[in-house]
Amino acid sequence: MTPLLVRGLDAAPGIVAVTVVTMATLVIGTWGLRFSRTTSDFFVASRTVRPRLNASAIGGEYLSAASFLGVAGLVLTFGADMLWYPVGWTAGYLVLLVLVAAPLRRSGAYTLPDFAEARLGSRGVRAVCSVLVVAIGWLYLLPQFQGAGLTLRSAIGAPAWVGPVIVGLVVLANVTSGGMRSITFVQAFQYWLKLTALLVPAAVLLVVWAGDHGPVGDRPDVDWSMPLATGGGQGLYVTYSLIVATFLGTMGLPHVVVRFYTNPDGRAARRTTLVVLALLGIFYLLPPVYGALGRVYAPELAASGRSDALVLELPRLMLDGLPGELLTGLVTAGAFAAFLSTSSGLGIAVAGVLSQDVTGREYGGRRLRGITAFRVGAVVAVLVPALAALASPELGVARAVGLAFAVAASTFCPLLLLGIWWRGLTDAGAIAGLLAGGLGSGFAVAWALFAGETSGWPGVLLDQPAAWSVPLAFVAMVVASLLTRDRIPAHTGRFMVRLHTPEALELDRGPDRSSLGSDR
Amino acid sequence: MSEREPPGRVRVSGPPRRRTPAARTRDIDAETRLGGMFMGSLLREQLRLALGILAVLLGTVGVLPLLFHVVPRLGAVHVAGLPLAWLLLGILVYPFLFLLGWLYVRRAERNERDFADLMGEVDA
Repeated sequence: MTPLLVRGLDAAPGIVAVTVVTMATLVIGTWGLRFSRTTSDFFVASRTVRPRLNASAIGGEYLSAASFLGVAGLVLTFGADMLWYPVGWTAGYLVLLVLVAAPLRRSGAYTLPDFAEARLGSRGVRAVCSVLVVAIGWLYLLPQFQGAGLTLRSAIGAPAWVGPVIVGLVVLANVTSGGMRSITFVQAFQYWLKLTALLVPAAVLLVVWAGDHGPVGDRPDVDWSMPLATGGGQGLYVTYSLIVATFLGTMGLPHVVVRFYTNPDGRAARRTTLVVLALLGIFYLLPPVYGALGRVYAPELAASGRSDALVLELPRLMLDGLPGELLTGLVTAGAFAAFLSTSSGLGIAVAGVLSQDVTGREYGGRRLRGITAFRVGAVVAVLVPALAALASPELGVARAVGLAFAVAASTFCPLLLLGIWWRGLTDAGAIAGLLAGGLGSGFAVAWALFAGETSGWPGVLLDQPAAWSVPLAFVAMVVASLLTRDRIPAHTGRFMVRLHTPEALELDRGPDRSSLGSDR
Repeated sequence: MSEREPPGRVRVSGPPRRRTPAARTRDIDAETRLGGMFMGSLLREQLRLALGILAVLLGTVGVLPLLFHVVPRLGAVHVAGLPLAWLLLGILVYPFLFLLGWLYVRRAERNERDFADLMGEVDA
């Protein structure tokens, strides 16, 4: 990367783009503030968000740095097999739709720990879930902050610490001022911004490519465009493990789940998810285009290990002068929106759990009130991963996010599926499964973070743990539940009525157990 | 536990039935055997629908890696100028996922309507 001083005016589009996105985010967030009055507004926008707005917000929140930058970089480096990442991230929503969406909304809980406690009537399960939400949230936030550093370095030559600091501050400002209500508008705006920021440059660059077909004699090699061309059985395992992690992990991501509580009812939750499937499908058509064009115009990025910067640098590599600068500004704006929206969503989710289970607790006879506890929680939720991003080495954006998916799939997926569809789940079973899946996948993550490369089958198994850690968690949860059948909660039947019957029917659904249920 | 302000409830009365509508929801509320059967049938229908959709997903999208592994020649096939894998995984899979989701939502809402009809309450 050329240092800032040498690039001089090159930095202008990047600086303008980052400033505009930041200002727009703050303005829309402040505008949403007018609507945020109660604690329920802060956590779930008082559950009145319509499907189309909510779907845009979910899309805006979900499409992170991994989607915006990581996928194109992975496709550039590793080829067709990496198409499974966006496919899995979309299919995850289909699995969520058919198995979880409506019952989760009907459960009436605000967070995953709320759901676990309401379903199983156990403070112990709640505590384990809270720890897991915070762990997954931080694991997911880390690459967002690192990606922000990368973007600013690539776009304006700023030192790596600038990105995490700016993103952290903007997210804090938004989250602490308006909570979920204002963040909903911000994130809906950011979905459309991200789509535009990838779509317009992709269209222009495709026209350029159609005109010159790239540097002569520099054709993509055949292996690269073929799936599973290398790797044999290990390659097959990695692909299927990735499929397990992404298909099943989406439902367990804290920032995804918390969005479902903002729907008015179970039917709206389903329709929202359907719109999300469409929005994601449209967006994910684009990153592979960048990956393929990068193969023609920027193969040196893959060789030098800076493939995550592909989307940001491709416009300049293919177009000289003002058009290249304008498109660079646009993709930089989109990338920055990606960090802001995903980080905000995760910040909200982690802050929600922290404020319920940590900062909102009574200490020495004193206790913070609802919104204050939430704000303190938000500061902790953002500060910890921002500092970690500054201190730890870069993992590769999509890879770190992939690990977060693996942990979510190994813990919350079994809890949600068995909790919603199986009456026999007990608190002891849930804890056994959460621990087995959490420790198994957590060990693999720690290995990836700290021990580095391992070769052969052990390396493959630790690199993509989902294919063994998810079944392990399911088996542990079912077996331990069967062994403790006398602990099946007495209200299980009533809770099933609550989860599965349409709201229009007048039925006894038991007491509203969520901690903020009556606050509207 | 409906959150929004419920619209004015309209009783739709029909010809007399053997069971009065309220009695069925009461069976569920009282957790009688009959109520358990009503709930069980709803759960089974919805779960069968969900598993059916997932089976289609696995049988189509899910077998692709295995297919490309077993028949490597497929990787070299080009359709409309694009390698087959890119056409399938880069483009066609997304409308297909949406189609599955759309089918699911339609059927799931129909199942719930049927259940509501069974309970004797018609509610728009």
